[in-house]
Amino acid sequence: MQSLKQQWFGNVRGDILAGIVVALALIPEAIAFSIIAGVDPMVGLYASFSIAVIIAFVGGRPGMISAATGAMALVIVDLVADYGLQYLLAATILTGVIQMLFGVFGIAKLMRFIPNAVMIGFVNALAILIFMAQVPHFLGEGTLTYIFIAITLVIVYVVPRYFKAIPAPLIAIVLLTTVAIMMNLEMKTIGDLGAITQSLPSFFIPGVPFNFETLSIIFPYALALALVGLMESLMTAQIVDDMTDTKSNKNMEARAQGIANIVNGFFGGMAGCAMIGQSMINVKSGGRGRLSTLIAGVFLMFLILVLGNVVIDIPMPVLVGIMIMVSIGTFDWGSFKYIVKAPKSDVFVMLATVAVVVYTDNLAIGVVLGVILSSLFFVASISKVRVHQDNGTFIVEGPLFFASTQNFVKTIEEAKTNSVTIDLSSSHLWDESAVGAVVKVVTKLEGQGKTVQVIGMNPASEKLYKQLLGISSAH
Amino acid sequence: MYQHILLAVDGSENAVRAAKEAVKIASNDSLIEMVYVADFDKAKKEMLHAGSTESLLLERKRKVVPVEEVLRAADKHFKLTILHGTPGPEIVKYANENKVDIVVIGSRGLNGLQEMVLGSVSHKVMKRVQCPALIVK
Repeated sequence: MQSLKQQWFGNVRGDILAGIVVALALIPEAIAFSIIAGVDPMVGLYASFSIAVIIAFVGGRPGMISAATGAMALVIVDLVADYGLQYLLAATILTGVIQMLFGVFGIAKLMRFIPNAVMIGFVNALAILIFMAQVPHFLGEGTLTYIFIAITLVIVYVVPRYFKAIPAPLIAIVLLTTVAIMMNLEMKTIGDLGAITQSLPSFFIPGVPFNFETLSIIFPYALALALVGLMESLMTAQIVDDMTDTKSNKNMEARAQGIANIVNGFFGGMAGCAMIGQSMINVKSGGRGRLSTLIAGVFLMFLILVLGNVVIDIPMPVLVGIMIMVSIGTFDWGSFKYIVKAPKSDVFVMLATVAVVVYTDNLAIGVVLGVILSSLFFVASISKVRVHQDNGTFIVEGPLFFASTQNFVKTIEEAKTNSVTIDLSSSHLWDESAVGAVVKVVTKLEGQGKTVQVIGMNPASEKLYKQLLGISSAH
Repeated sequence: MYQHILLAVDGSENAVRAAKEAVKIASNDSLIEMVYVADFDKAKKEMLHAGSTESLLLERKRKVVPVEEVLRAADKHFKLTILHGTPGPEIVKYANENKVDIVVIGSRGLNGLQEMVLGSVSHKVMKRVQCPALIVK
């Protein structure tokens, strides 16, 4: 990685401009994600400010943008609905603690266990849930709502073709809010769903009873948040690594996400993580260093302090339109080709992940089940051991371990010749079951009066074999 | 003769045809630099489907192989450079900064539909590079 000075001041001009662009693009998302979670817009705005500012200093991936996100908002919906904001803040702090522990214990290595089928399923499920969260805001809300959503979508997709300096969602907001106010149009606004306070976040301890009951309520949510947050953050870090052709420190980032959520929880923000879309906007706009993330957070807060009383007049349909855009951008449109081309088991894992998430409304459950499913498929696919027989010589191809020994034992036990050679040079003994299987067939064949020879064991297999049989390797 | 030839490569059939033309204008001591631009707009999709940075590198190398074979068969000096950004502007920037002698590029890349709307990468490159450009049909 570059020196700290380079990470902060290596790209000042680009970072400041990109940070401002990101701040403008962040505001509608932070508000919309708050509404998904069922909290006041300030909770998402405070979170976006606190997280971005803290990550700028302690993050492991300079140039990555972290704030309040849709993935995290979707996890906390039930917690907020059942127990309210204070429990959400407590859960946010606990999320941070869990993430820090993951960071300290090197979770980045564990992320490799999440196969891309699950990752693709995750983003698709996320896109579907974000879209579904918008439905109640337009269904049965009248023609005017549909017209505003349609105009918003036209603006966000057409304007960037010709004009890129200001994020198109912001143009849609300014334009359509003005129209709505001037024409005195009757529509739901952000103000109808929550309050905007024009003040900086302040420190306070969440008002929850400090007992085991509280912990048992927030822990499942915190664990799910920690998992979802780290997964999206580390996936985003990989994308930023690739775009900027630089390296990042994944464990440092995991710890940083933890620190950010702890502090954020004490300052009244909802749990957040890195954002793929915003980080890509940042890099595309020229942001590379830590300064871009800091500017994004600070400028966002500045805008809210100055413009807070205007924000409440933004019509909900505009926000819904922007969220539909976010949902379309989140969905992996390469999935359709993937379904046709990828191995059947991978496709099944991807679709199962999506189905479980959409059914349970919980991204974490989908990811965990997806990982379990894909590991089972993996075990099944490598447990196919082939045994070729050639005149008393059995050539074993494929790894021997608990799931693969059955076929091996069955084939060799049926040996007809008096002298049997088992050739393991294309195999590997992985565990007790493997060594046990070899011992078992040798014993059985010898019991039938045959001479048995085992050849070609590789050094690691031989070591395990001797160790498990209690043979000193010194002999 | 052109000493330093920039050959834009994107994994399409056109890039292979461009390579064949690049070979014709290269002398034995010219360097043909294959430039592949990993598109910012595809970063998320590519990373999701590759799963790791290693397999992503493999995926990109695979796109260059057909072109590499043309250059190897012609026994030319060549190297591969992978850039990150938006293909048109990135190729222009690289060509101008490195003062290459000529840019060779296929007329139409992979995404026909986008090009109908946005204009082609080759067109942008031709307009903005400060050296001769050879567009191969």
